[in-house]
Amino acid sequence: MLTLIAAVIKRDLKLAMRRQADMVSAIFFFIIVVSLFPLGIGPEADLLRKLAPGVLWVAALLATMLSLPRLFADDHRDGTLEQLALAPHPLGLVVTGKVIAHWLVSGLPLALIAPVLGLQFDLSTEALLAVTLSILIGTPALSGIGAIGAALTLGLRGGGVLISLLVLPLYIPVLIFGAGAVDATVTGLGGEGHLSLLAALTFASIGFAPWAAAAALKIALE
Amino acid sequence: MTDRFNLYRFSSPATFYPLAGAMIPYFVAVSALFGIAGLWLGMLVAPTDFQQGEGYRIIFIHVPASWMSMFIYLVMAFWAAIGLAFNTRLSGMMAQALAPTGALMAFLSLWTGALWGKPMWGAWWVWDARLTSELILLFLYIGYMALTAAIDDVRRADKAGGLLLLVGVVNIPIIYFSVKWWNTLHQGSSVNLAKSSMATTMLWGMLLMAMCFWMYSIAMALMRVRTIMLERERHTDWVKKLIAGDEK
Repeated sequence: MLTLIAAVIKRDLKLAMRRQADMVSAIFFFIIVVSLFPLGIGPEADLLRKLAPGVLWVAALLATMLSLPRLFADDHRDGTLEQLALAPHPLGLVVTGKVIAHWLVSGLPLALIAPVLGLQFDLSTEALLAVTLSILIGTPALSGIGAIGAALTLGLRGGGVLISLLVLPLYIPVLIFGAGAVDATVTGLGGEGHLSLLAALTFASIGFAPWAAAAALKIALE
Repeated sequence: MTDRFNLYRFSSPATFYPLAGAMIPYFVAVSALFGIAGLWLGMLVAPTDFQQGEGYRIIFIHVPASWMSMFIYLVMAFWAAIGLAFNTRLSGMMAQALAPTGALMAFLSLWTGALWGKPMWGAWWVWDARLTSELILLFLYIGYMALTAAIDDVRRADKAGGLLLLVGVVNIPIIYFSVKWWNTLHQGSSVNLAKSSMATTMLWGMLLMAMCFWMYSIAMALMRVRTIMLERERHTDWVKKLIAGDEK
């Protein structure tokens, strides 16, 4: 089971490495969106500090969503997906591997770059740590839930816009606890509770969402 | 019920179409009766609220609409589960027929809530947990309708939509509680919707209106499912016969 997941992760990472432009553009999208907010709101440090958790998190949601349509589309186009679905292994495990690979490519870099962007918002050290941790813990849930949306809209016209309609409402709990963790740290309440709930969401999504996505893929491949 | 009568017979569009057509007038009539009784009780009989004055009477529309918006989503998920489990044709059609009515109810609930909120709270909108989750419910309806509309193959649309509905049903409690906690953490609950006691006439008015909305939703869903059936089964004999009969 683990070897199967590892093989899928390895393959997807290799494919991602051969197309680094896709990955990098999503990261730059994140950076640009976050940098636009101070330009729109104004440079007052107090205001920016208050807005930072929400801005970083909303930008992270949009950036992970940006790469979702490609999660299955390439494999679908060249027929790999059908072969994977026909393989004797459960499709849910394959999707689990793809979800983890998607997170490594699109979620993990965001967590690493977020503290640097947090500096633009004049965040304290603890807050920067909380931002990194919450994005690190929360983004796997985004990849998991997003996989369902990607599978449901596979091969449809206007799939990209449609994914956002389907997936963004389901992202709301992650956004609330993710931004809440940073907020609670800033106000001195301690973000542990939020981070635990975020971790719970992540484990639930990684555990269950790939199976729902696999069912959606089977519908799409019929 | 004799043993020859088989309820499953009506899971076929050809047999359900006339049945639905026969049932619609009854549901419309019952809905109108409940509506007249509920409005009479709510607008004329129920006492004026000593705190909120006459403005509170919008709850006779608002509360039933909110109830129906949540209930219809559950009914849609029920049909989705049946459709995915037994691969029935009619279930997906029912889910799709219910969706616009459910979205309408969610919208009505938000709209009347805003109209009520302006005089009572002094604001059209507050980020209260209930308002926010109702808004998210509206988003879920819209997502479902957008997905089913984007898929040309109706069987795939039914199944994909059904899966989305089931995912949504699992997520609704998570969304609701996260919004609730978010709300209590961000602001002290300045707004308390819970009323300690309610006059019996008010409660009855609300229940009658809820029945009215319920029957209305069934009637609308049946009407819509009839048109969906005709559209999807246009190449079959029974529809051709039906249309030929109409033209005579």
